[in-house]
Amino acid sequence: MWGIYLQGLLESIPFFLKGLWMTVAVSGLSLVVGTIIGFILGIIRVSRIRFLPTIVGAWVDVIRGTPFLVQIFIVFFILPELGIHLEAFPAAVIALTNLAACFICEIVAGGILAVPRGQKEAATASGLSSFHQMTQVILPQAMRIILPPLVGQYVLLIKDSSVVSAIGVTDVTRAGWLTVQRIPEGLMVFGLVGILYFVICYPLIRVSNTLERRMTVAATRL
Amino acid sequence: MLRFFNFRVILDYMPLYMKCLWATIWLSGVSILGALIVGTIACAMRLSRSRSLTGIAGCYIESIRSTPLLAQIYFLYFGLPSLGIRISEEVTGVIALTLNSGAYMAEIIRAGILSIPQGQTEAAIATGLSYPMRMRYIVLPQAIGATIPPLLGQAIVLVKDSALLSLISIAELTRAGQIMISERFMPAEAFLTTAVLYLLIYYVLKWLSERWQQSLIFRERR
Repeated sequence: MWGIYLQGLLESIPFFLKGLWMTVAVSGLSLVVGTIIGFILGIIRVSRIRFLPTIVGAWVDVIRGTPFLVQIFIVFFILPELGIHLEAFPAAVIALTNLAACFICEIVAGGILAVPRGQKEAATASGLSSFHQMTQVILPQAMRIILPPLVGQYVLLIKDSSVVSAIGVTDVTRAGWLTVQRIPEGLMVFGLVGILYFVICYPLIRVSNTLERRMTVAATRL
Repeated sequence: MLRFFNFRVILDYMPLYMKCLWATIWLSGVSILGALIVGTIACAMRLSRSRSLTGIAGCYIESIRSTPLLAQIYFLYFGLPSLGIRISEEVTGVIALTLNSGAYMAEIIRAGILSIPQGQTEAAIATGLSYPMRMRYIVLPQAIGATIPPLLGQAIVLVKDSALLSLISIAELTRAGQIMISERFMPAEAFLTTAVLYLLIYYVLKWLSERWQQSLIFRERR
């Protein structure tokens, strides 16, 4: 029996690769947009604009406190009630982007707060505008702290993207789920799914670890 | 949406939600305890001097960390029956959550132990303490305080992750929302109630974590 199943599995590899492409598309798109929004939110979070930091903080808390599966159901099932009809793919990207932005916001805010206050004061004293203070003085130093957890967060988000299979996006996980209905060898099918995720995530985990080590060394040298 | 928001239906479904909230709590509670045990063992193996033990623990931790929980759940759910092991969905779910969180907890505990300065261990060796005594009286008491907040953070993640168990038809909080949708088709009421109940658990755990951190700072000051 195993031989037949293995052959069936080998034949459905193109299907899995298609699913892998979908996973890469959903998470890639969400990560790029989520990083941009996350940086903006993070800067707002530590700014002194009235009310905005509190609102961003509360939103981040709500998103961090609820399961991603529930969030994706809310986007997919409740937005149509408000008259916004979404296909599964855009719904998945919106939900994952929002999640990414919220987690990255916290990382960025933490990084900015870790830059010594004197840096900002010196930048103000040199007459830099607040935009230039941020982009020329604070962020470059904060990046040292932001980068390692950011890459680690990317890994978590790529893994979270497997949840979008619940609303019918045919990513790797759903490809596995559909295949296991035909080939009842769960270990083999989901072993393959696991390997495909491993191929993406493991290198990123290594990158994150290396960054962490390098950044700490650089920080102690300063 | 708010015009149609029907609180009476939510009240009608409250008993179901409470039952499912309890299911979420006990499933997560059991898994957290299990994960602590698995994590401690995996961490001890990883820090041991035996090459093979370190290798096994490393393989376990890395493969869990680079694949999504949903794939792991499906791996067990579809895979165990094909090995001839038939267990209930709840047990499968608890095993999946335990193994998943165990890997992360192992890393947290390891980071805590490694953060204790080398000098402490050397001093303990110089005093003639054996390895278990060193761990019991010198390293662990110092490591535990700092590891509690990240462990609570992991517990929060686990509670949120338990939402995925609804996909293998375990009656927990997210499943309650799905049941309500299938009976009444009221997605807004169903999933927002679910989200609020999750937030409730989140805020309790977050409060605990913050309180612990404050008491830590307080103790260090003394």
